[in-house]
Amino acid sequence: MDPILIAVIVLGGVALVFAAIIFGVEKKFIVVEDPRIDLVTEKLPGANCGGCGFAGCRNFAEAIVKNESLDGLFCPVGGNTTSAEVAKVMGLVAEEKVPQVAVVRCQGSFANSPAKTVFEGVSSCAYAHMLYSGPGGCPNGCLGLGDCVASCAFDAMYLDKETGLPVVLEDNCVACGACVKACPRSIIELRDKGPKSKRIYVSCVNTEKGALAKKNCVVACIGCGKCVKACPHDAITLENNLAYIHFDKCKLCRKCVIECPTEAILEINFPARKVVEAPKINEENITQ
Amino acid sequence: MLKTFKMGGVHPEENKFAENSRIETIDAPELMYVMLNQNLGAPSVAIVKKGDTVKTGQLIAKGEVFISANVHSPVSGTVEKIDSWTDASGYRKPVIIIKKEGDVWDDGIDTSDSLVKEISASKEEIVELVKASGIVGLGGATFPTHVKLMVPQGKKAEYLIINAVECEPYLTADHRVMLEKGHEVMVGIQVLMKALDVSKALVGIENNKPEAISHLTKIASSYPGITVQGLKVKYPQGAEKQLIKALINREVPSGKLPIEVGCVVQNVGTALAVYEAVQKRKPLIERVVTVTGKNVKKPSNFMVRVGTPISLLLEKAGGIPDGTGKIVNGGPMMGKAIPNTDIPVTKGTSGILLMTNKEAARVKEYNCIRCGRCTTVCPMGLEPFLLGLAGENLNWEIAEKERSMDCIECGSCQYTCPSGRPLLDNIRLCKLKVGQIIRNRNK
Repeated sequence: MDPILIAVIVLGGVALVFAAIIFGVEKKFIVVEDPRIDLVTEKLPGANCGGCGFAGCRNFAEAIVKNESLDGLFCPVGGNTTSAEVAKVMGLVAEEKVPQVAVVRCQGSFANSPAKTVFEGVSSCAYAHMLYSGPGGCPNGCLGLGDCVASCAFDAMYLDKETGLPVVLEDNCVACGACVKACPRSIIELRDKGPKSKRIYVSCVNTEKGALAKKNCVVACIGCGKCVKACPHDAITLENNLAYIHFDKCKLCRKCVIECPTEAILEINFPARKVVEAPKINEENITQ
Repeated sequence: MLKTFKMGGVHPEENKFAENSRIETIDAPELMYVMLNQNLGAPSVAIVKKGDTVKTGQLIAKGEVFISANVHSPVSGTVEKIDSWTDASGYRKPVIIIKKEGDVWDDGIDTSDSLVKEISASKEEIVELVKASGIVGLGGATFPTHVKLMVPQGKKAEYLIINAVECEPYLTADHRVMLEKGHEVMVGIQVLMKALDVSKALVGIENNKPEAISHLTKIASSYPGITVQGLKVKYPQGAEKQLIKALINREVPSGKLPIEVGCVVQNVGTALAVYEAVQKRKPLIERVVTVTGKNVKKPSNFMVRVGTPISLLLEKAGGIPDGTGKIVNGGPMMGKAIPNTDIPVTKGTSGILLMTNKEAARVKEYNCIRCGRCTTVCPMGLEPFLLGLAGENLNWEIAEKERSMDCIECGSCQYTCPSGRPLLDNIRLCKLKVGQIIRNRNK
């Protein structure tokens, strides 16, 4: 017989046998998967950043399909647009969420909190946090070694060489929360972006008594409580010598900003004030 | 051939400058800063208030949980304030500030120098006295001693091992204690032996302290059961597991305590503190601290009350010399640089080392050349280069798999690395993260 013919027959036979096995296995061990998982995954950004609380976009899609609802499931990267598209696939109505942005609550720059010690170890905030309170001496302040910057998958953060503090690029930030988790001192917080990106927040997390906090950093919150009194909307609370502005209650009236004796309260993206008053530091207000 | 542990180890320059300076007692200054977190475990809780009058040796803070220790007033006077103060950790921690007035000792404390050889206390009484006196491991780890003396059920202590190795370069506190308080140490060891119900005690001393070995060997003949054993000089022989391996050739399993192999290890300074607590009823309020360094005018060993600011010790040793790059709490291998000199002496302060700028500077870091020196010197048999890379690349899975939690942080790997890599820094980071992961998993 023609050798070519033999080869064709043998190989064809082998192929047929294997095809039959594959067919059988496929029928027997088929994984029935909800086709909506693929559809939902397609709508997601595919960043696999973990901002939703799941390991990746597909896990998130599986969770949505399994729960048949979007309760508590939100993709911070895609935001409301993605939510609406996913809801359409699932036949649900998406809940509108206020967009958020990461905020660095520390102003302990080289100028505001001069370094008293030099750190030479591995450039990692987690490590430095374990070793000492920081170059400026503030036990709650930014260590400036950039764990947050390293954790950002969206190029939304950089370390400012002038101040030594991380800066969030608002346009790039998707509020995935990676930096919040990376910071060993919980300095970074996700706050509502606010109308026209206007925000007011206390840019300090120091819980020491006023005099101590002031000794290490000139812009520390000293817990004097002036802002609490000034706030007409009860949006500010004072706990452990530290004021906190609740962004859900804040109406952006800016009354607290003028009151703060240490300029610890920041206003972002507001038009310049007509009369700029120089804030005075009243030593009596510093709690001892 | 002298005994030593088999795996790894390095031999750094010894630099024991203060070995011939007699222990000098420093009078307590006006204000004493008694930290409340002087022991491993839970911090003590203050039981005095502002304005209270206290006597020397009076209980001022209580250890309330099992792994915690009492704190006693190091001076007599009034409580000035209960506040926070920066300690060697670099953070502000609770402190009792006492203003010194005179030196009135609490009732029942024998302040004489006479040696009390007869052990009248029973086994239970000894543990109780050790606990009441707030004794912690004086080698530096400050683990409460009474916890070590309570052998868990089903376990039996066979050997009491006295750690007099002092393998850290520069430090000489234990060396001087052995030479000047040899008999007290020996009675202390007998007290510990009675508490643990063991008949054999081994004192391990490195061979760079020949006077201490000969002195203790001479007096040990009058104390039954105590053997003094010279050891080959090798760092980190003073680590618990390495010392057990060197002395009785037993290996403590990973993650287990020495009692697993029938041993209890105590520092030689702790033995002295136990002697004073049990035989003299004197709580732990003072300890020997070495102040040393290459450029220090007068390298010394001081007997100081706990709570004395380090600045006073430096002053007594001739001040801070020019060109001091770092002041380290502890020895050069495992000690930690301190951020200021107002930090008080605590129960765990074994030495203050003033490093010159040259010693303190970090060497330039190069890539790992896979020479394997770190693996050769690791006394725990780990692969430091791998753990170092895991820490650098934030790969905690590898860090856990490669047993980063077994690291004793002796620093031999970083000391020996020809590329100047910050291996220990990265391994510490690994330990921190892996520890967190394990705790979260077990929650």
